[in-house]
Amino acid sequence: MALKLPFVPPKPPPMEKMKKDITQSEAWKSIFRHSYQDNQRNRALQIVDNVFLHLHPVRVPRHATNYSFTWGMGGITFLLFIHLTVTGIILMFWYRPTEAFAFQDMKALMNDVAFGPLLRNLHRWAAHSMVITVMLHMFRVFLTGSYKPPRQFNWGVGVILLLLTFLLSFTGYLLPWDQLSIWAVTVGTNMARSVPLQGSEGPFSNYLGLRPDNDIRFILLGGTQVGEPTLLRFYVGHCIFLPFIAATLMAVHFWRVRKDGGISGPVMNTKASEGAKYIAEKMATKRIAQIKGAPANGNGTAAPVKAPAAPKPAAAPVTAAPSAGAAPAPPPTAGGAKAPPPWLKK
Amino acid sequence: MSDALHNFWLILSKPDNVPIVLMIILVVFYCWLAYKQARRNDRLGIFEATQSDKVQVWPYLVKIEFLVTIIVLIVLTVWAITINAPLEEAANPTLTPNPSKAPWYFLGLQEMLVYFDPWIAGVMLPTFIIVGLILVPYVDPNPKGNGYYTFKERPFAIATFAIGFLILWVLLIVLGTFMRGPGWYYFWPWEFWDTHRVVALTNIDIWEGLFGIPSKNVDGSFNLLQVALGGILVIGFLVALPMWIWKKYKEKSPVLRQMGALKFGMTAVLFLMMAGLPIKMFLRLAFNIKYIWVFGIGHDLFFNI
Repeated sequence: MALKLPFVPPKPPPMEKMKKDITQSEAWKSIFRHSYQDNQRNRALQIVDNVFLHLHPVRVPRHATNYSFTWGMGGITFLLFIHLTVTGIILMFWYRPTEAFAFQDMKALMNDVAFGPLLRNLHRWAAHSMVITVMLHMFRVFLTGSYKPPRQFNWGVGVILLLLTFLLSFTGYLLPWDQLSIWAVTVGTNMARSVPLQGSEGPFSNYLGLRPDNDIRFILLGGTQVGEPTLLRFYVGHCIFLPFIAATLMAVHFWRVRKDGGISGPVMNTKASEGAKYIAEKMATKRIAQIKGAPANGNGTAAPVKAPAAPKPAAAPVTAAPSAGAAPAPPPTAGGAKAPPPWLKK
Repeated sequence: MSDALHNFWLILSKPDNVPIVLMIILVVFYCWLAYKQARRNDRLGIFEATQSDKVQVWPYLVKIEFLVTIIVLIVLTVWAITINAPLEEAANPTLTPNPSKAPWYFLGLQEMLVYFDPWIAGVMLPTFIIVGLILVPYVDPNPKGNGYYTFKERPFAIATFAIGFLILWVLLIVLGTFMRGPGWYYFWPWEFWDTHRVVALTNIDIWEGLFGIPSKNVDGSFNLLQVALGGILVIGFLVALPMWIWKKYKEKSPVLRQMGALKFGMTAVLFLMMAGLPIKMFLRLAFNIKYIWVFGIGHDLFFNI
């Protein structure tokens, strides 16, 4: 006679219950569109359902996660661009692009503003780093031949983005309005004097009546030397015009990376995979030979894997069959199989 | 000696020169990384990626991106805390510093001004660099080496780009930053940057140096013999040489036939222009050659090359 106890359902622990209440709530479900349980579907949704991550495909070739192959320079460049945008926007609160205030504001930023030096240093070093990473990105893309079809157009977009990076850095160089900046920009913009047909010292300038006060350098600087109008031009160019073009072209660049088939390249060959291929080939040869009732013979290893089930219809000798062709088969080698690749030799 | 090296250390550790030191380290490291992989691929070969050999971006790629983001931001923050961005005296248009240098990434271009006139070195050559880079995919006839490191399968392309990037861009930036002192004179690391250095102008035009043929007559007009010799050399180099190569090898070389005359011509001219820079640098540094062709049309179109 068994004692019958009433069934009492186990009480869920309070943490579990709270978690369930939160993750089952309407608000939570409206924000997170899928659970975080680790399965293929959720991993895919993690990428597809996120506006930032959906730049990526859901799956990539294995070598796209190999840092030695990718160098990550394109991604770091993009990261630095975002970083520069954020620090740049904060810097704009502390800076006025006029002759009277520009340098004073820099002094104040370096001496009076809380975290001012950190902010400015972050912006400047990130800018220099971006020039380096964008150059290395181009170097990597060239070395892996990734500009080849179908990616020719995207390489061209990349070259323009490289140029824009230089211009962004160059325009920003003027803004501190110290000796370093105005003379560096003076040296740089002096080149505009020599532009053929457009600069006052370039070829054909005399025929066209070009003077320092009506040539292309004048348009660039807003004067005959680097002055207040130059500062305003470079400021607007640095903060709005060039970033706008760069961001637009970046969108094109990233979109084309996806449309052109993602990251370039076949999988790198390894010792292991090469060895496995060799062994598979050897086994296939052996099997063919067994089917045909002849001893495994090295001669047939020429192309056994590709055409295993296609014996020659003609009455050629079995040993010579797989080598096909009109030429007589070379005599079987002593050891039987093809000489193993060097890395498999003891 | 030690004072001078101290002087070099001051230049090396100037806040704005730190990125260049960083660039040198990174370029050397990544060259080694690329070389290692290229050598491996050239020895062992490669095979095509299969559709099944894919990994999910979450977490395998996002994880790496996250890690790299953190590392980059940490490096930047430490850098920003330890080294202050430079802020010199207030801008003064009446006080020119010596040397006056462009931002560091343009110092390779500024270095070219030593060897060519501004409209060539400062305008045409940079334009050709940009145009040439954009044209690269359209003129490269080699279908191999797409998506993996290799040297054996495209030795010409890799060698050309490596020389262009590593020597004509990165090395010239490094020299322009660390070795070019007041007056844009060349200073060795152990030499003090003397603002008052005087260097005798001993440069000479090539035909005067070789055969005593001056570039200009006494009355200031061009010496026609020099114009002819220089023109033959320069136009021969940039126009006749590619045409000769095309004539001689178009039958034999499948590469040339595949490229066609137009693509080959563009490639050859751009390549020879690029090669012209180290040639002119060598002539100047080794033999003090100033120009190899001094010629002008009218008042202001000058081919001082």
